[in-house]
Amino acid sequence: MKLTLRIWRQSGATGRLVEYVVDDLSPDMSFLEALDVLNERLITTGQEPVAFDHDCREGICGMCGMMINGMAHGPERATTACQLHLRHFRDGDVVTVEPWRAEPFPVVRDLVVDRSAFDRIVAAGGYISVPTGSAPDAHATPVPKPDADTAFEAAACIGCGACVAACPNGSAMLFTAAKATHLGVLPQGQPERYSRARDMVAEHDAAGFGGCTNTGECTSACPKGIPLTTIARLNADLLRAHTTRSDR
Amino acid sequence: MDTIGLYRTTVGKKVVMAVTGAGLLLYVVVHMLGNLTVFSGAEAINGYGRWLREIGVVWPTRVALLVCVTLHFVAAYQLTAKARKARGRYQHRRRVQGSYAARTMRWGGVIIALFVVYHLLDLTVGWLNPNGVPGEIHANVVADFRHWYVVLAYSVAVLALGFHIRHGVWSATQTLGVTTSRVIGLAVAVAICAGFLSVPFAVFTGLVS
Ligand code: HEM
Ligand code: SF4
Ligand code: FES
Repeated sequence: MKLTLRIWRQSGATGRLVEYVVDDLSPDMSFLEALDVLNERLITTGQEPVAFDHDCREGICGMCGMMINGMAHGPERATTACQLHLRHFRDGDVVTVEPWRAEPFPVVRDLVVDRSAFDRIVAAGGYISVPTGSAPDAHATPVPKPDADTAFEAAACIGCGACVAACPNGSAMLFTAAKATHLGVLPQGQPERYSRARDMVAEHDAAGFGGCTNTGECTSACPKGIPLTTIARLNADLLRAHTTRSDR
Repeated sequence: MDTIGLYRTTVGKKVVMAVTGAGLLLYVVVHMLGNLTVFSGAEAINGYGRWLREIGVVWPTRVALLVCVTLHFVAAYQLTAKARKARGRYQHRRRVQGSYAARTMRWGGVIIALFVVYHLLDLTVGWLNPNGVPGEIHANVVADFRHWYVVLAYSVAVLALGFHIRHGVWSATQTLGVTTSRVIGLAVAVAICAGFLSVPFAVFTGLVS
C-alpha cells in the first residue's frame, strides 16, 4: 500500500511539514516500520533520515509518542504508535505526523521531544523511601485486592506524554496523578502520601505545565487508559496536604 | 491550613473556582425558584421582592456574589494565562473527547458575566426595561418578555449558563477530590435551564400577563 506522509522536520528553532510519498508498505507493518521504510530510502539517497524516538516497539516503554493525523499515537484507542498497524489506514491516505507540542516538551529534532520534565516530576515525589537490603517476603505486607488493582491500573502509565500532547491546557495532571495513585494507594506509599502529592504538583506547575480543566482529552489519548479518577484522588491528597498541619 | 501555598498551585486555584462556583450555583437555584412565584400572580412576586428587602438579605447577598464572581474570574484568568503558555500549537489537530460544555467554559463564563450586567440594567435598575419601575417586578418582567429579542437574549444567556453548570458541577467535584457521574451535572443544568426559561416563554405565549 501507499501513504503520503507529511512529516514535521526541524533541526533548529523552527521547522516545517515536508511531504513524502512512501509505497511498498504492507498493511501488517506498524507505523514506525513505515517510518523505517522512508528512512532507508532517505539514507540511500543521501538525505537526512527522520528522527523519532522508539525503543521496545511493543507498547511498554513510552518512547514512540507522536501526533498522527492530529491525534496522539494515531487514531486507534489504547494503542501506542509502535503498535499502530497500517491496516487502520486506507491505501493512498495522506497522514500528518508532528511531534508532541507543549511548552515543557521542547522539540529536539523532527519528531523527538525532550520529556525530562516528567523525570523531574517523578524525582519530586514519585518514589518510596525504604531501607534496601534483602528482598522482603512477597506476603510480608498484605494489600487489599481492590487497592492492588487500582495501583496496578495506575502503574500501567508508561510516561509517554500523550496526555500532555492531547491536552488543550498542556497539563500533565494525568501522568502526575497516575504516578501519585500508583504509590499512594499501596501501604508502602503511605508515609509519604501527602508530601508526595504536594511536591509532585508543585514540580508539575513549576515545569510549566498548565492546570487541568477536567476536559478528559488525556484519558482518551492515553495508550494505557489511565482513568480521570486518578486526578480526583491526587486532588484529594493535595487538599489534605495543604489543609492539615502535618508536614508528612 | 496553608491557604497561600494551596492557591499557588494550579489545583488550588481550581479549588477556589469550585467553592465560589458552588456559592454562585446556590444563588442561581434560589433565584430560579424565586422567579417561579410569577406563576402565582403579580402580588406574589412583587411581595416576594418586597419581603427580600424587608428581611435585609439583598445587600449581603450582593456583596457575597461580588466576592465570588471576582475570585472565580481572577483564578480563571490566571489559569487561562498559564494554559495558553503551556499548550502546544499543532498544524493539524483533532479533538477526541472534550465535550462542548468543557470547551466553552472560558468564553461561556464571559458571556454569562456580560449578560448579568445587561440583566441588572434591565430588571434591577430598570434603565433597559420597557416599563422599568423598581419594585413593579411583575410589570417589568411582562413588559420585557413581550418582545422576541428580549426572550432570545435571555434564552441564549440561560443556555450558556446551563452548559457552564453542566461541566462546572462535574469539574468542581473532581477538583475537590470526588469523581461523580456526569449525569448529575447534566440533571442540575437541565433543571435550572427549564426553571429560568419557563418565565420568558410563559409571558411570550400569554400564559402570564
Ligand atoms: C430568564 C431568566 C431570569 C429572570 C426572569 C430573572 C429575573 C430577575 C429579576 C426580576 C431580578 C431583579 C429582582 C429585583 O431586584 O427586583 C433579578 C436579579 C438578578 N439576577 Fe436574574 N433572572 C434570570 C436569570 C438570571 C441568570 C441566568 C443569572 C446569572 C447567573 C441571574 C443573576 C441575577 C443577579 C446577579 C441579580 C441581581 C441581584 C441584585 O439585585 O443584586 N439572573 N433577576
Ligand atoms: S498517563 Fe497515559 S498518556 Fe499520560 S504519560 Fe502515562 S501512559 Fe502516557
Ligand atoms: S516504542 Fe516503546 S512504547 Fe512504542
